[in-house]
Amino acid sequence: MKLKEIMEVLKAEELWDFPTDFKVYSAGAADLMSDVLMLAKENSLLLTGLTNTQVVRTAEMIDISAIVFVRGKRPESEVIELAEKLDIPLLLTELPMYEACGILYKHGIKGSSQVEILQK
Amino acid sequence: MKSYKSDKKYLYADRKDKNHKGKFLMSMRFDISGGNLDSAGEASSTIKSKLKQLGIGYSIIRRVAIASYETEMNIVLHANRGTLSVYVAEDHIKIIAVDEGPGIPNVELAMQEGYSTATEQIREMGFGAGMGLPNMKKCSDQFEIHSDIGKGTKVMIVIFF
Ligand SMILES: Nc1ncnc2c1ncn2[C@@H]1O[C@H](COP(=O)(O)OP(=O)(O)OP(=O)(O)O)[C@@H](O)[C@H]1O
Ligand SMILES: [Mg+2]
Repeated sequence: MKLKEIMEVLKAEELWDFPTDFKVYSAGAADLMSDVLMLAKENSLLLTGLTNTQVVRTAEMIDISAIVFVRGKRPESEVIELAEKLDIPLLLTELPMYEACGILYKHGIKGSSQVEILQK
Repeated sequence: MKSYKSDKKYLYADRKDKNHKGKFLMSMRFDISGGNLDSAGEASSTIKSKLKQLGIGYSIIRRVAIASYETEMNIVLHANRGTLSVYVAEDHIKIIAVDEGPGIPNVELAMQEGYSTATEQIREMGFGAGMGLPNMKKCSDQFEIHSDIGKGTKVMIVIFF
């Protein structure tokens, strides 16, 4: 599924102007960053309810392909600026975590542990 | 292969680095201040991009990035101040983190997955899963940690190419 399709199904807003025509194979959801670092594969989508700069830093460390902020929690502008600098797409959806994950799963996005590591 | 809690070994490794400075392809050192969450992660970010420039392989960079970020965050969250050093040699990368802080009373316990003394405030910021130290160890080929209560903590991580 492409990021632009994910944006559609999650009715998500783009938080800065990034390309959306690339494929996303897997996703993971967490609010604790060490869990993300322990579990997530590179090039996967991260859904989170946390909106601070550390989310972007964590995503940078493991090459997360895009971050989805759930439940309409909008990050501060410096968080968005850092993501833009690091070229990490940011999406914002009004959906709560469980629903956002459920919709993506229904559309065939696998969990991070169900896919092989994909190199860019 | 993976050992920890050996103080002497750690000190030796550190001294060896100083004597062999010329042999390193690159070395970097960063001052990390405790409690400063806004800039937390900047050192690891710089380390990651420098390693990329050196043309180091993707999976090695990933392991170094995770290990350095977890050590950096532990200094920021649990210590007063510290330094994070990275040495790139012919066949390995070494990360050494030294901090001044409260130290860890029970290192064995701290190494267990899920063990954390993080406050609710730290959890709200997305840390305190108790996965940092176990993940550092998982990412490394050699791992050593030594802590002096009331003084500080030293972590040494080696990742072979
Ligand atoms: N540099 C340090 N100085 C003092 N205490 C530390 C240090 N590093 C770790 N600790 C102690 O060891 C515990 C476990 O550390 P670990 O990194 O595994 O988990 P955490 O930092 O609590 O949470 P996480 O890393 O998952 O966000 C910490 O909660 C803290 O009590
Ligand atoms: Mg930690």
